[in-house]
Amino acid sequence: MISPQMLAKRAAILRAVRSFFEERGYLEVVTPLRLPVLAPEFWIVPEASGPLFLQTSPELCMKRLLAAGHERIFQICPCFRKGERGRLHLPEFQMLEWYQAGASYLELMEECEELLWEVAELSGLAGLPERSGNGMSLEPPWERLTVAEAFARYAGMSPEDALAAGMFEEILVNRVEPHLGLAQPTFLCDYPAELASLARVKPGVAGVAERFELYVNGVELANGFSELTDPVEQRRRFERERGLIINAGRDPGPMPEAFLRELAGLQSAAGIALGVDRLVMLLAGAVELDEVISFVPEELQ
Amino acid sequence: MYSASDLRKGLKVMMDSNPYIITVFDFSKPGKGQALYKCKMRNLINGNSTERTFRSNDKFEPAPLDERPMQFLYSQGGEYHFMDNTSYDQLVMTKEQLGDNANFLLDNMEVSVLFFRERPIDITLPIFVNLVVTTAEPWAKGDTSGSDTKPVTVETGYVVQVPPFIEEGQKIQIDTRTGEYITRVKE
Repeated sequence: MISPQMLAKRAAILRAVRSFFEERGYLEVVTPLRLPVLAPEFWIVPEASGPLFLQTSPELCMKRLLAAGHERIFQICPCFRKGERGRLHLPEFQMLEWYQAGASYLELMEECEELLWEVAELSGLAGLPERSGNGMSLEPPWERLTVAEAFARYAGMSPEDALAAGMFEEILVNRVEPHLGLAQPTFLCDYPAELASLARVKPGVAGVAERFELYVNGVELANGFSELTDPVEQRRRFERERGLIINAGRDPGPMPEAFLRELAGLQSAAGIALGVDRLVMLLAGAVELDEVISFVPEELQ
Repeated sequence: MYSASDLRKGLKVMMDSNPYIITVFDFSKPGKGQALYKCKMRNLINGNSTERTFRSNDKFEPAPLDERPMQFLYSQGGEYHFMDNTSYDQLVMTKEQLGDNANFLLDNMEVSVLFFRERPIDITLPIFVNLVVTTAEPWAKGDTSGSDTKPVTVETGYVVQVPPFIEEGQKIQIDTRTGEYITRVKE
């Protein structure tokens, strides 16, 4: 069970996050956890809940709110992903997602820098920078590295070659990630478009999507992108993902029709999802998620 | 048959025709990407360790291992003789096969022998064993070397660091997992 100190740190971080968004004119929203339709994503397996699914992320519902005219929204909610369990993974975890109409991934990177800097200050917690002992600082601005630059620098190859060899994830996890976010956090940005099925393609750069991942001390903390707002292109990408899921013998569930219909009403926007448990772990100076949650899954049996 | 999601620390699986035990396990999954199962594994036959990364569709045969309680009889010329407590079958293992465990074997000790395809590959000792100190330098009062331990030799020939008050002929307890002195045994 979590220590009383850690429970208090977690509460202080959540208070600081809410205060950050409130000051910036964001509306806290709540969307349903049990859904009949999810965004089809091949590598994310949902948990069934009766005839419905538990959400794997609040993304579709939040974008529908955005399309309905809400310009700045955030949510802190549980998400569920089947079979994910490790030092940095839980089958049920807490996600912070926020969306801003009119913004691109560049503005969201800046806002993410300010969020961490302010939350560390407001909560009085800087466990990771203190513990790392290498003078790590959360002070903005942070390092920005494209996926192509990172693969060239740390693995001596291009992301295209890694993808063609079917080794993208292995190379990312084993050779690139350990170098990211050490002296200061790193934004790894501009992903191969095929790894960003809900993100906008970067204008003028073939095959690259406006997606970023934030790394702190080698740990992936947040994933954001400029939203794809073209319903025709989005349907095409969903169909591709659904095809992959069907080929693997799994049920992709129905196409998110209501979402695709309303997406037509969305102008430009950007959104980001941040793992709250990992944020608490990093700021509180813990080394694994098990230290920062009330009960680990194995304790509940 | 195991799949990658069954992998965990302590699981024994076949890989490249050899039995391995997983000593370190970590699940990782880059954002939007596939799950990877990173393992450090030790070859149970030669003791070599290796690191491997598996994917969710990888499959593994369980290592066909079984453990039997046996009694250590005696050692002679680098060969160690054991007897099965129920069938009275005997087997011989070499010092190389036993590694550090050879340092703690006493005649008649009950051990567990690990078999891979009917071939003995390892033994598990009791966690604590009591051994008689056969050689120890007397504790020189006024020793100013500042050292708070001294080496002694026990009846199996093993040399271990102990507190200075331990004397020849006394019995001491050793942790067979670490090879370290635990306490003096009073009889």
